[in-house]
Amino acid sequence: MLNQYKFEDEPELRDLFITVDDPESHITAIETFITYRVVTKTSRGEFDSSEYEVRRRYQDFLWLKSRLEEAHPTLIIPPLPEKFIMKGMVERFSDEFIETRRKALHKFLNRIAEHPTLTFNEDFKIFLTAQAWELSSHKKQGPGLFSRMGQTVRAVASSVRGGGVKNRPDMFTDINDYMETFNQKINLLDKISQRIYKEERGYYCEMKEYGPIHTLWCASEEDLVDSLKGVASCIDKCCKATENRMAGLSENLLPVLHEYILYSEVLTGVLKRRDQIQAELDSKVDALSNKKAEKDLPTEEIGNLEDKVECANNALKADWDRWKQNMQHDMKTAFLSVAENNIHYYEQCLATWESFLTCQTVDLHLGEDSEEKP
Amino acid sequence: MERPEAEPLGASHSCQTGEAEPGTGPAEEEPGGAAAGTMMEDCLSKKIEITVSEAEKRTGRNAMNMQETYTAYLIETRAVESQTEGQCSPPDSLWRRYSEFELLRNYLLVNYPHIVVPPLPEKRAEFVWHKLSADNMDPDFVERRRIGLENFLIRVASHPIICQDKIFYSFLTQADSRLKALNATFRVKNPDKRFTELKHYSDELQSVISHLLRVRARVADRLYGVYKVHGNYGRVFSEWSAIEKEMGDGLQSAGHHMDVYAGSIDDILEEEEHYADQLKEYLFYAEALRAVCRKHELMQYDLEIAAQDLASKKQQCEELATGTLRTFSLKGMTSKLFGQETPEQREGKIKVLEEQIHEGEEQLKSKNVESREFVKSAWTDIERFKEQKNHDLKEALISYAVMQISMCKKGIQVWTNAKECFSKM
Repeated sequence: MLNQYKFEDEPELRDLFITVDDPESHITAIETFITYRVVTKTSRGEFDSSEYEVRRRYQDFLWLKSRLEEAHPTLIIPPLPEKFIMKGMVERFSDEFIETRRKALHKFLNRIAEHPTLTFNEDFKIFLTAQAWELSSHKKQGPGLFSRMGQTVRAVASSVRGGGVKNRPDMFTDINDYMETFNQKINLLDKISQRIYKEERGYYCEMKEYGPIHTLWCASEEDLVDSLKGVASCIDKCCKATENRMAGLSENLLPVLHEYILYSEVLTGVLKRRDQIQAELDSKVDALSNKKAEKDLPTEEIGNLEDKVECANNALKADWDRWKQNMQHDMKTAFLSVAENNIHYYEQCLATWESFLTCQTVDLHLGEDSEEKP
Repeated sequence: MERPEAEPLGASHSCQTGEAEPGTGPAEEEPGGAAAGTMMEDCLSKKIEITVSEAEKRTGRNAMNMQETYTAYLIETRAVESQTEGQCSPPDSLWRRYSEFELLRNYLLVNYPHIVVPPLPEKRAEFVWHKLSADNMDPDFVERRRIGLENFLIRVASHPIICQDKIFYSFLTQADSRLKALNATFRVKNPDKRFTELKHYSDELQSVISHLLRVRARVADRLYGVYKVHGNYGRVFSEWSAIEKEMGDGLQSAGHHMDVYAGSIDDILEEEEHYADQLKEYLFYAEALRAVCRKHELMQYDLEIAAQDLASKKQQCEELATGTLRTFSLKGMTSKLFGQETPEQREGKIKVLEEQIHEGEEQLKSKNVESREFVKSAWTDIERFKEQKNHDLKEALISYAVMQISMCKKGIQVWTNAKECFSKM
């Protein structure tokens, strides 16, 4: 617990700062799309300059993610926000949708920047620094996906045929099982939190109507004006406090839960890729055991594959540990902030009502005094 | 001015002793012995079947020439006898809206002041909880109102005295029941301004408190939702903690506090119900205030009628005495056409009138005294009521603040505990 070394805890060690902002709409003959401004500030030597500003669209982020997955098949690449939101009536280009996406893209790039390995990925650097035309030409250069695809298709086929990977270490099965339950629980927490947000908003709307009724009542009650106005103002203040409470939920908890929902898909992918790498090795080993002759030729190949499997496993294990630590930290932070938000909310409301009460009891005492006077 | 027959209550409550009332109307008078059954047989409800069978949405223009939507109800009446004979004659029917029922009831209240007039169903959907709609156009509300209106008519028709009222009968059977005209004629010319103001005040009090209570119920509903949904966290945290080594304890204990939080709302809202009851009391007090105003109006009306009566008798007397005809009267015309009365006849009439005038003046004097005393004592009590109301409502508002403070303190405690658990994650 003491040794939670993270880039974000020790800002002096960070040498790469990225922001995603300023969404802009672009309309062409064929399509309409949004670009986001990506600003990078860095002190790293590998970068030619210390500051960069580029514009990127969602497609570009997708490209980056797939490149990272290719280069590091068993590392946990952060999730991207969804392409579309199917449920609800969120339009593809509504302000709310764009803002949510922007925040998620910002998180995506920062997570990569914080990752001990991914942060030094070449495509990542190009993504952050290249001008639009440079990026396009670079995208076309990279090794085609198709050559890779062929390999993976075979690998998938073999793993499926085998009915699952035979020699999968327990650790990875454990991860798989953990993720199943984890995913289920996070989904539930997300639903609960969304529901709470909805109820809080409903409460806010009703309170907005509730306060003014007391002010209206003043018109027919001259002796109760102070009390009624006091109550009306308290309710209004509590209303504002509710707004803050809702904002806290929407900024601190909901995005975190949502991101970890998306992580489940990431983890599934990572485990699958690891299994495929192992399957490659296993199938070669099987093939070898079937052919009694020619044992020496493939051993080098097998040796390589064995190394590959070991690397993959180690990479995944290390990254898994890191992921778990991050998850723990993120969840703790998120729920702590919700608790703090709620405490703050109740403290604000308490102060409001207490000051109303003080005024009222002062008035009452004054009233009593004046009644005592003959 | 025509005064319909309004029998004092004393006579009508002789159902148990079986005594007949003098001049109750149609022929069946039992000179004692027979019981309530006879009274009931006189009732309209035995002769005709009354139903409010349908309700329909309408749009029209109201008194201020504004477009409005309202519901109209179909009143159907059918003679009972025709049914027992095996004939099913088509019912008579006409459409009326709620405000017309109100006019009828007001008419009955004014003209039968000693009768406990059956109430009407709610004018508006009040204090509805949860899923129930506060909309007057809501089909469930309209249906319940339809039944309530039918019930009202049947109760009036079953009442031995008011069932015989001609205006009531015409309300059931004639499209133009003269109610509106009558209501216009029942107007007090010189009401005490303070009572008029008091009536306005009581209307406003009722209206604002109803509105407040309605919205408070909705606020409570939402608050309930916020608290209770948090309870779900408890269960999920607990399930999640099963797969976590380091976070498990923190999650589990935080979950417990979420349960506490969710459970705390029940007591909070229960306490708030007491506050709502305090407000409701003043809602009903508004009705009591209105009753006092109505009583003043009745007394004032009575007074004005008596004064008018007296004035017209005095005038008649003067005309007879001096032989001059100041106002047009049919009698005056006929006597001109068919000959004057004999001096003896005239003397006789003058004497009768003079007696009546004397009686009338005495009555007017005592009515005036009664009225002044009523106003004085009523106003004293109203001042007392105002003091009580100001005190009570102020206290109620303070108690509301106290409840809110308690709720906030509980909230702070629970979330502080939860925060500590989260920090151990």
